[in-house]
Amino acid sequence: MSDFVSGFWNVYVVVIVLGSIFACALLLYMQGKAKFTPGKTMGHVWDETLEEYNNPMPKWWSWLFVITVIFGLVYLALYPGLGSFKGLLGWSAVGQYKIERERMDATVKPLYDKYSAMDLQAIAGDKQAMEMGKRLYLTYCMQCHGADARGAKGFPNLTDSDWQFGGEPAQIEQTIADGRMGVMPPHAQLGADTIKDLANYVRSLSGLPNDSVRAAKGKEAFASVGCSGCHGPDAKGMHALGAPNLTDKVWLYGSSENTIIETITNGRQNKMPAWKEFLGDSKVHLLAAYVLSLSQGAK
Amino acid sequence: MSGTQTTYNDKVVRQFAVMTVIWGIVGMLVGVIIAAQLVWPELNIGFLHFGRLRPLHTNAVIFAFGGCALFATSYWCVQRTSHARLWGGPLVPFTFWGWQVVIVLAAVTLPLGMTQGKEYAELEWPIDILITLVWVSYALVFFGTIAKRTVSHIYVANWFFGGFILAVALLHLVNSAAVPVSLTKSYSAYSGVQDAMIQWWYGHNAVGFFLTAGFLGMMYYFVPKQAGRPVYSYRLSVVHFWALIFTYMWAGPHHLHYTALPDWTQSVGMVFSLILLAPSWGGMINGIMTLSGAWHKLRDDPILKFLITSLSFYGMSTFEGPMMSIKTVNALSHYTDWTVGHVHSGALGWVAMVSIGSIYYLLPKLFGKTEMFSTKLVTVHFWIATIGTVLYIASMWIAGVMQGLMWRAVNADGTLAYSFVESVKGSYPFWAIRWLGGVLFLTGMLIMAYNMFRTMAGGKTQDAPVVVPAAHHA
Repeated sequence: MSDFVSGFWNVYVVVIVLGSIFACALLLYMQGKAKFTPGKTMGHVWDETLEEYNNPMPKWWSWLFVITVIFGLVYLALYPGLGSFKGLLGWSAVGQYKIERERMDATVKPLYDKYSAMDLQAIAGDKQAMEMGKRLYLTYCMQCHGADARGAKGFPNLTDSDWQFGGEPAQIEQTIADGRMGVMPPHAQLGADTIKDLANYVRSLSGLPNDSVRAAKGKEAFASVGCSGCHGPDAKGMHALGAPNLTDKVWLYGSSENTIIETITNGRQNKMPAWKEFLGDSKVHLLAAYVLSLSQGAK
Repeated sequence: MSGTQTTYNDKVVRQFAVMTVIWGIVGMLVGVIIAAQLVWPELNIGFLHFGRLRPLHTNAVIFAFGGCALFATSYWCVQRTSHARLWGGPLVPFTFWGWQVVIVLAAVTLPLGMTQGKEYAELEWPIDILITLVWVSYALVFFGTIAKRTVSHIYVANWFFGGFILAVALLHLVNSAAVPVSLTKSYSAYSGVQDAMIQWWYGHNAVGFFLTAGFLGMMYYFVPKQAGRPVYSYRLSVVHFWALIFTYMWAGPHHLHYTALPDWTQSVGMVFSLILLAPSWGGMINGIMTLSGAWHKLRDDPILKFLITSLSFYGMSTFEGPMMSIKTVNALSHYTDWTVGHVHSGALGWVAMVSIGSIYYLLPKLFGKTEMFSTKLVTVHFWIATIGTVLYIASMWIAGVMQGLMWRAVNADGTLAYSFVESVKGSYPFWAIRWLGGVLFLTGMLIMAYNMFRTMAGGKTQDAPVVVPAAHHA
């Protein structure tokens, strides 16, 4: 048993646990045999008035003590407790978790399997499926994307029609199943001046106020220093790399000049966790349909 | 002529008794503030938010309020029942001033976020060392006085005080062991599940020894004194004393049910938590039955009301505790406000009430008066404190069971029926009631402070002469 480094500790635990329980019982038994003189004191006086009666212990209290001792012994016979002895019932916390998990999985499996063969568009139109999808979303997704699915800084809004890794049904399903890594590399080596030019150019792309001289210089830099490699020559982004479209009004980290400078200088690291192992294919399928439906509501 | 050998040292008792009331107000005020922060989150201002203030509250009420009450009553009791002046000379004032410095340092460092991150043992290592010095001095003074007693038998209250002092020394030294990296930062000497186990061995025994054994010592002196009746059963006190201090040491693992702690350790912790029921109730029975034949005194003696009500709450929370240690019950109650309610039925109902009753007993005697400035205000305090406690416990029971049920509820498709924030939303009304309960309890303490200062005004602070032991003992 992995809990113990040697067999000695098994014996140690058994002896000390049983010994301690018996010691409690013995204490009660020995003291119960004392000579009692109900209503008379022990004959000692402290601080002028403090005395003690030599009354016996209440019977019901002694029995309560005995019952808890017996319960303890029975429990240790049935459940793990005495060192590496697993208990007559063979119970374990991990075992209990597995049983409950399997029972629940078996109960709900048909509910989800019903939709496994349907395509996402069809599921998105199914009222019952969307209610289930919403509950899945509120259990597993809202911690990051928010109760209203509108996201937060660093967590994409799922209700718009902008997609970092693509909004085709298969792409959404893959995002949920396998997760995504969103990486913007740092570009501090370009120097503060060029980075400021780039930030102004990026702001000009989405129609935000900017310094037009800097924006013009930034446009040249955008092509020459490698931005277009990921974001594309037209800055409309690239789903395969998770490179955002810079010409729309959607901002994952913020659109202020300072925030953009920070993004370019230090880069960004982002991660959507993979859910396939934890949820299984059929739940991921349903969830993808729900996310698809969220963005269709936006149109 | 009263030389130093012929009077009790009541000065230190006076100091600790007054500070009990002061720190009680401070600690409970912080409690009321953090209760309000849960109801009105906008009250979390800057670094004075719930996370920083909560350990300040727990440390202030346990170690400042409870600690001062224990020092005051144990010093009073050990002198009176040993028929001897406190031993230790300069060690005695050192325990008072040292303990006050610990409290002030806690009040400064905890809001600044300096913490070892262990519940009820948050204070950083330099403060831990000061605590150790004070505590060793306390042990020397206490056992030194026992050693020079002029009666042969050691009174039962002193068994409990002695057990509490020794066990707390052991718990503090083991759990606070850490590797310092700077004056204000250290890392626990243990890691992983061992660290968790040692922390909860400490944590539950902080309850068992600091908040139970010590206060049982208080009970064993002040209940028979105030009732004017002998302790109900000597034999019961023998059995429940040894069983209590022995069994408590095992109960820690019930704080770690369904965690990485091995199953066998969890089971052993649960079994001994259940066996703890009878030893705990032994103290309640011995205290309450001491009143048999004198029940009428409860009617118009508010101090006795405090003491006996505290024993009722003690009995209730020591029944609730073993029940909550059962794995299946714990699966519902753990991490919910039920635990918070359970702790406060012990903290407000038992610890605070028995302390308040004992301090009301002491104050007139310490300041040369025959009774408190206003007995009526003591009665008012009693009722306000009782209603406050009941509101607190009842609201946390409801909130806790509701949270536990909401967190485990699932829909037919296996998803959670409620998100976490829905359980937070549902808890608001109960948090407001809890806050009100806290406000009432704090109001009672303010009334006590007023009554105390009026009692102190114009009082004489003369140390009482040591009483010669009764001659007729066997």
